[in-house]
Parts: sequence; C-alpha cells; structure tokens
Amino acid sequence: MILAGGQSVIPALNMRLNEPAVLVDINKVPGLGVIEEKGGVLRIGALCRHEQVRKSVDVSAHAPLLTKALAHVAHPAIRNRGTFGGSLCNADAAAELPACVLALGATLNVESAEGSRAIAAEDFFFGFFETALEEGEVLASIDLPVLGATGRHFFDEAARRRGDYALAGLAAAARVEGGRMIAPRFAFISCGDRPLLAGALGELVATRYPDAPAEDEIAEALARDLEPPEDAVTSSAARMRIATVLAARAIREFQQNGGRA
Amino acid sequence: MSRRAITLRVNGEEVTALVEPRLNLADFLRQEAELTGTHVGCEHGVCGACTVKVDGRAVRGCLMLAVQCEGAEIETVEGLAASAQGSELCEAFVEQNALQCGFCTPGMLITAAELLDDNPAPTREEVRDHLSGNYCRCTGYQAIVDAVMDVAAKREMS
Repeated sequence: MILAGGQSVIPALNMRLNEPAVLVDINKVPGLGVIEEKGGVLRIGALCRHEQVRKSVDVSAHAPLLTKALAHVAHPAIRNRGTFGGSLCNADAAAELPACVLALGATLNVESAEGSRAIAAEDFFFGFFETALEEGEVLASIDLPVLGATGRHFFDEAARRRGDYALAGLAAAARVEGGRMIAPRFAFISCGDRPLLAGALGELVATRYPDAPAEDEIAEALARDLEPPEDAVTSSAARMRIATVLAARAIREFQQNGGRA
Repeated sequence: MSRRAITLRVNGEEVTALVEPRLNLADFLRQEAELTGTHVGCEHGVCGACTVKVDGRAVRGCLMLAVQCEGAEIETVEGLAASAQGSELCEAFVEQNALQCGFCTPGMLITAAELLDDNPAPTREEVRDHLSGNYCRCTGYQAIVDAVMDVAAKREMS
C-alpha cells in the first residue's frame, strides 16, 4: 500500500480498518510535487499538497474550480499534508477532488515498472473506494485542460459543519462559444458510490441554452443520473433535493455572469 | 518490525531515537520525547488536539509517522509557549478565559499561531474558518476566537 499524505490511510490504520503488510512512503520521491502549465495543459503532480494547489497562482488562473473546491476540503492542518493524487486514489464518493477532475475532463497519468498509461477521469472511478489503478501502478500526475476565456465553472456543496464531508455537492464546468454551451459537465459529490457525471442533465442544459431548464426538469434529469445513498441522518431524497438546488444555481450562474469567479 | 533510528529537531533541540515504524508523531512526542503538551484525542485527524508544526506547517501529529519526520523541524506547544509570539497567545487565552479543561488548547494555540503567521490581521470569520478543525468540548469557541482577535489587534498596534 502507498503512503502519500496519509490523511486517509493513517486514520484507517489507527482505527485498525486496514492492516497492510507493507507501506511504501512516496513523500521523498522527487518530481511528484510540481505544478506547471504548458501548451494549454495544467499538470499537477500527484504529491502536491492541497494547500499548495489551493494557493497556486497557476491553478487559480487555469483551473479556478480547484481553488474554490479546495477551500471545502477538510481543514488547514489536513490540507497542509493531504495530497491531490492521494485524494483521487482514495476515490471517496463524498470527496471534492474526484468530482472536480471529472467535471474538468482531466487525464490521470499512471506509472508502473512496465511503463506508463493515461486514464481519462471518467474511466478512473469505478465504485466505492475503487479505481482503475492496477496492482503496482502509481498515480504520478494529473493533466487538466486550461480554462480559456470561454470557460465556465461552478463549485458548491452543503455540509453540516465547515470542512465536513458534503451531504451533496456539485463541481461543474462548460464552455460557451458562439452562443452555444459546449460540453457542460456536472459532477456530483455524495450522490452515488463514486463521483457521478450527470449526462442527462448536461444534455438538457446544452440543448436549452441560452434558456435554462425549469427546476422540475432538472430534478427529472437528475433522477436518471444520480443514485444518492441513504444513511441514518440523511435520506436519499434530501441529497437529491440539494443536488437539484445546486444544479439550478450552477445553471443560473452560467447564464448570468458566465460563471467566471 | 525492527526499530528505525531517526534524528529530528524538536523545539530547536536535536533528538535521536529508535522507533517502531508504526509509531505516530504524537505518540513519539509524548512517549519518547516526553513532551506531553501534545494531546491525543480522536486519533483520526478530526479533533485537532494533536496539532503540531512540522517544518513550519501545522499538521496532525496522529496522522504522520515518526519515521517520516527524519530531518524535520518539529514545534510543539512547549516550544511555542517559550517563544515571544506563543506566550502572547497563551496570555490572551488566559485573559479571555479561552480554555476550561485545556485538552484542546495545545492544538488551538498551534493552529492559531499558524494563522497569524500567514494572515496577521484576520477577520473573525477567517479565525473561525482556520480553527474549524479543532474541537473544544467545553464549547469555548467564542472566547477562543476573541483571544486570537486580541493578539492580532495587539500586534497591529505595536
């Protein structure tokens, strides 16, 4: 098992939920903690700390969705240590970053002794804490297309406490070009066993642009896209309601001010 | 698992020890370095009582292994309290009654010190946000935020 920031792995060890025979600490591996923009692609090293990414000028210029979302990730002392790549590999359906990379259409660069391969974000998250990573593979970096002048983004979530996991949340991105909305991607948090890309909603929003769908139409589309889980305190219907409200808010922002922060 | 030798600096002093790879930093500080100011609460990163500075940044002592701190500079509440900046914070906590049982206080102090390093004139909302990962079960948040605001105001005047 790989130990990066350890902000999920070590709690699991402390609680005896996990007993790996070998723990490989990658914190001192050089070259994994770099953020750089080159030729329209923003590359974030897997070992970049959340606070490093949140404060990065390159990230706020080229992927402001992440800057916004990272303010919701846990607390400063956790963000000082937790890593961007670690959060993706942990693949918690209630975490912010997996939904962000889905919304942004990121590519995950994976390395192993056999070589390297690139995995699209939509092919990376399989299910409950499950990813496309094979035995012996390590996530090295994440490539994101830079947000151009026509790019739009939205992030918000509802949580019981500051820094807590979201009851439901939304990371969304789109481009508006020549009076058309192109490839709107709505990725929902805590609305399934993994971050879910809402295809029916995306299609509805793109077809209707420049008009916005009504709230009941949004809810209808989301009923096809999402499967919010239920627990002792939050019903599936409550999560669905939050998801609908967030989607309506995102769509409104995309129409009104273009979603530019 | 065999013990590993580690050398690190704790509050400015070099410490060398033989530790189990599984030993976390908070337990190392309490049991090996005999600095019991760092408190262990939830042991999964939620309560913030074990917060210490590693190479200048506040981290959870329970979510780092001691062996990962080879060569690192650690600051605990003992080190902070001995500094001019830390004692100013401690005095403000006493002045404002910002502690009752005191269990959360070391983590609160380290977290507040980090905030004031980065942002010397925070708003009340920013203080609350920065301290949101530190639990106080005596429900003393109001007074804790007051104490941090007092220190910020005092430093701004001087």
